[in-house]
Amino acid sequence: MTTMTATPSGSPTRMSLPARIGLHALLLSFSTLMLAPFGVMVLVSLIPNAAFLARDFSPSNFSLDNYFRTFAVAPFGRYYFNSIVVSVSVTTLQILIASLAAFAFARLRFRGREAIFLFYLATLMIPFPVTLIPNFLIIKNLGWYDTYLALIVPGLFSVFSTFLLRQYYRGIPLDFDEAARMDGASSLRIWWQIIVPLSGPVLATLAIFVFQGVWNDFLWPLVVTTSEQMRTIPVGLAAFVGQYSTAWDLLMAGSVIALLPVLVIYVIGQKWFVQGIALSGMGGR
Amino acid sequence: MASHASSRRPFRWRPDQQWEGYLFILPSFAGFLIFIVLAVAMSLGISFSDWGLTGFKSFAGLRNYQQLLRDPLFWQASTNTVFYIVTIVPMQLALGLVMAVGLNQAIRGVTVYRLIYFMPVVTTIVAGAIVFRLLLATNGPVNSLLTTLTGALGVPFSAPNWLGSSQFSKWSVVILTLWKNTGFTMVVYLAALQGVPKELYDAAHTDGANAWQRFRHVTLPLISPTTFFLFIFQMIGAFQLFTEPFVMTRGGPANSSLSVVQYIYLAAFRDIRMDKAAAMAWMLFIVIFAFTLFQNFMQKRWVYYESE
Repeated sequence: MTTMTATPSGSPTRMSLPARIGLHALLLSFSTLMLAPFGVMVLVSLIPNAAFLARDFSPSNFSLDNYFRTFAVAPFGRYYFNSIVVSVSVTTLQILIASLAAFAFARLRFRGREAIFLFYLATLMIPFPVTLIPNFLIIKNLGWYDTYLALIVPGLFSVFSTFLLRQYYRGIPLDFDEAARMDGASSLRIWWQIIVPLSGPVLATLAIFVFQGVWNDFLWPLVVTTSEQMRTIPVGLAAFVGQYSTAWDLLMAGSVIALLPVLVIYVIGQKWFVQGIALSGMGGR
Repeated sequence: MASHASSRRPFRWRPDQQWEGYLFILPSFAGFLIFIVLAVAMSLGISFSDWGLTGFKSFAGLRNYQQLLRDPLFWQASTNTVFYIVTIVPMQLALGLVMAVGLNQAIRGVTVYRLIYFMPVVTTIVAGAIVFRLLLATNGPVNSLLTTLTGALGVPFSAPNWLGSSQFSKWSVVILTLWKNTGFTMVVYLAALQGVPKELYDAAHTDGANAWQRFRHVTLPLISPTTFFLFIFQMIGAFQLFTEPFVMTRGGPANSSLSVVQYIYLAAFRDIRMDKAAAMAWMLFIVIFAFTLFQNFMQKRWVYYESE
């Protein structure tokens, strides 16, 4: 895996002062473009719609009113709760299931192992829209429509996570297993007490990657939920747009509410997020 | 790497690990069979059937596919999606590379810049789409800024109706997607740039190569596998664009920004034409698959692998 470090390298000569100033100017203008939407979001969320439309940014207009109103007109607390339940369950269970399978694919010897693994790999290319409709029908037939089961269960089985962990587990020397087996350890014990502890960083990185994907997922929760009580944050926010299409003050407050926790976690755990993204690159190599 | 462990120890299945192996993969395999294998088979079956509100009605052969090929809206959505691919993919690769090269220099603040560029990537796309609805509104900040700027320069300017005109609606989606995803491309490129051995630059420098020549003949070939990966990855992503047009423009006006996946969604869940939607999903799959194979074949011409 490519290690991600912030140390600059690859440029043989230190840049001259004008070149450095020019580079900073370029990088700062990119930063402005990237940050401006966040800035506008926060600004508009703090003033009444009329004041924004009149571009009246006098200090007396600023307040947290929009946030209170947003919580009053839409159950954002419930959306949060749903998003947390779904993201945490999918992340932990998906990684647990993938880890067990990856352990078998990498370190146990059983008949049909390679064939089954190839079968897994062959499905990696299938785009989400292909399985969207049948999975919706399966969920309906199981009676899971508009429940947590619909939001969670189909997300528990990831070929990508299994593949990634299997690649990592193959790199751990097999001698560990054999020594443990001599001491009478079962496979389950070897998995839980040797392999899992040795793969801490890759599990953490994968967890962030999966969590972020589930938290931001839109199409699947949109399709399998209908009641306001079952919406996750992105779906709730999208429904909010339908209701208040030009009430910018409420929409921006809602967006800030939706984004704030993820951005805070991101700023604190930046390193892991960036590594998580590099993981998807690893899958392609 | 894949064959490394097995070449060390020849693979022999062990009878005592036979059932254990199956038990370990059981949860994963059960879900895989239902939500992937069964789902793929069902969707193929549905695409070849007449499938109504009550489910299967009759076998329809290729009728759904033929209907799609005659459906002007399907062609419109396909054309729009091709527009998204040919604009978003190259622009994102170019911008991401510029950012990554900029950050790969001996300057201060690299961590902070990277933090900022990557922020939109972790943002819920729905929130991003909502802010860009505001930014690009006819009386929104972008048009205010452009009007002020052109006014100061004395250039004649009429503010574009970004979201409400079929001329600009697709560009609005492109702008949002670039804002959202370029940081991802940048991070992957930056990792690749940091992997280029320093000695190669020193050697090129000694041979009298200037900065541009070093970039063109050392950096670009060495990171070409990453370019290839990003190209395929972003292309597959652009083929499946959904949330951006769905939230920002609702596919409008007059379907001018409707994407294929959005049309699949509307066919399946608004018009309850699961059969048509399944056929569309398979056509999308076939096209993505063909493109990826084609690119994989073409990569011999421009992707450089060190080990060869």
